Amino acid sequence: MSASLTLVVLMAVLYAAGVYIMLERSLTRVLIGFVLVGNATNLLIFIMSGRPGSSPIITGTALDAGMADPVPQVLMLTAIVINFGITALILALIYRSWWLARLGDEGDDLADEHAGETASSSEENFRSSSEDDAAVQASLDAGEEEAR
Amino acid sequence: MNTMNILVPLVVAIPLIGAAITLALGRRHSRQIAVSVVSLTLVVLAGAVLLVLVDRHGPAVVHVGGWQAPWGIVLVVDRLSALMLLISALMLLGVLLFAVGQGIVDGDSETPVSIFHPSYLVLSAGLFNAFIAGDLFNLYVGFEMLLSASYVLLTLGGTGARIRAGVTYIVVSLVSSVLFLSAIALIYGATGTVTLALLAERIPALPSGVQLILGLMLLLAFSVKAAVFPLSFWLPDSYPTAPAPVTAVFAGLLTKVGVYAILRTQTLLFPENPFSVPLLVVAMLTMLVGILGALAQADIKRMLSFTLVSHIGYLIFGIAIGTPLALAATIFYLVHHISVQTTLFLCAGLVERVGGTTSLARLGGMLTAAPSVAVLFFVGALNLGGIPPFSGFLGKLALFQAGAELGTPLAYAGLAAGAATSLLTLYAVARAWNMAFWRPRREVENYESSMLDRLTDDPHDEGTVITKTVSPLMVGATAAMLALTLCLTAFAGPVFAFAARAAADIEAPATYIDAVFPDGTP
Repeated sequence: MSASLTLVVLMAVLYAAGVYIMLERSLTRVLIGFVLVGNATNLLIFIMSGRPGSSPIITGTALDAGMADPVPQVLMLTAIVINFGITALILALIYRSWWLARLGDEGDDLADEHAGETASSSEENFRSSSEDDAAVQASLDAGEEEAR
Repeated sequence: MNTMNILVPLVVAIPLIGAAITLALGRRHSRQIAVSVVSLTLVVLAGAVLLVLVDRHGPAVVHVGGWQAPWGIVLVVDRLSALMLLISALMLLGVLLFAVGQGIVDGDSETPVSIFHPSYLVLSAGLFNAFIAGDLFNLYVGFEMLLSASYVLLTLGGTGARIRAGVTYIVVSLVSSVLFLSAIALIYGATGTVTLALLAERIPALPSGVQLILGLMLLLAFSVKAAVFPLSFWLPDSYPTAPAPVTAVFAGLLTKVGVYAILRTQTLLFPENPFSVPLLVVAMLTMLVGILGALAQADIKRMLSFTLVSHIGYLIFGIAIGTPLALAATIFYLVHHISVQTTLFLCAGLVERVGGTTSLARLGGMLTAAPSVAVLFFVGALNLGGIPPFSGFLGKLALFQAGAELGTPLAYAGLAAGAATSLLTLYAVARAWNMAFWRPRREVENYESSMLDRLTDDPHDEGTVITKTVSPLMVGATAAMLALTLCLTAFAGPVFAFAARAAADIEAPATYIDAVFPDGTP
């Protein structure tokens, strides 16, 4: 089995940095550490796929002999998707813990600033704000024409 | 044979489809409930049919999408997988009914919130997927499915205590998952496959040093999930904060899937049992440290979490010995412990609702307040403690026999630790029963007893007592699950015989390999 030294070094650095950051108390840093370690693991799978080759499509020609191993690529793809989902979940968790730390449980009971709005009144609000947008846009356009 | 193969992917597909439907149904609780109950009932039926067919005709093997192993994904149901499928599906169904009962009493606006059913079904699908996975990577995917769902269930409602407990749990699980994935990468690099049946041939052919590293990495990753000492510190801190039904499922099944993974990989991939001695040592430590932790707890849920850790030690003890009798006893004990631990956590949930708290310092007079709960908890507790003639006693006896047959000093030491743990478990649960049920309500104030000295309460307990009503469905579900544990006692003979056949299968990997590669390995 042959592997690129660059990839091995990169993997080692990612692992080391990831583990180091994961040891922090802050949840955001733990997440960053997890992302680094997750990517290091993906690289490890990639390195384990052996020598590089042509795309893994069976063509029936001589190219097939030099085909790259497709299985690790599949594994990596799955692992990337899983890491993505978990990262999203932890981000939601970080937001929630930030919310609790700043506002406590009372934060959930804060008055809704849109409370009491009906469908027509909120539409009215949106209409007036879109009218504002249109007015701003018009003045911007006018300014641009003047500059020309 | 054909019906058998159709059923195999269905046990994962049905809960996943159910999860999608329940997610789409959103706020319509009654329909969500119907879909969840029907999905899990179907899986129970499929599991039962598979159990009978697999026992009669040998392992069921499905090559997903028609891709042959080792390139495609292979699903294998042998006797061990079928047994685990059936018992976990039964537990999930029972706990679901309990949760539904709790939801009906609380009214639809409160728990279980609308995300409960989809997450619960994804958790089930992940669990079943882990049991039928025929390759290491699919096992990893199964783990990730059930863990992602468990993250959601543990932080249900997003209160401060649950987020705090959830963070510990999630970070620990993530580390073990990364370790598992790295182990898979290295195994692929060393052998060029992730299919278990092929690995069973290729790993023993590797140099012993490489084998040792690969085995140790897998063992570490699974030990975190199974909560084996010293990797068990996260469990008693995170499980008790979840809602009662969620804790019950986690306690009953999530750690056991880790034990299942250890059992599967150690027997199939490392048949020479190279980790026997270290496993024996950690098994003893898990038993003793776990139960000593349980003795110091004044909170029933935390006390049960510690007994959960300590009883994982028995399972590891059986795996460490590794003889056919030990493996059979491990499988029997696995089934027993899944059912009894789930039931006890449900009882703790009932106690919490009737008594308003799970702290022994404030509970009392429950025997008159809720005699049915008292009986349920009492029988479950005796079973956990291993009093004859319950299945807990039978499982432990078989494990001790296997240990004595091995006859090494370390095995005898393990035996002694096991016996001590059994007695101390009885002490812990009997004390909890005495305090919460037997002690009259009026004695709770200013109660003084050496039994309550120096007990630590839940550090995040707010000391509130809020009683809620209990629906007949909740008690019924708990009673049904207790009846199941009693069936394990009454029908211990056939169940143990089945466990022995399952153990013989995993003891001789040739059955497994032949089932996946009928024309010989490539």
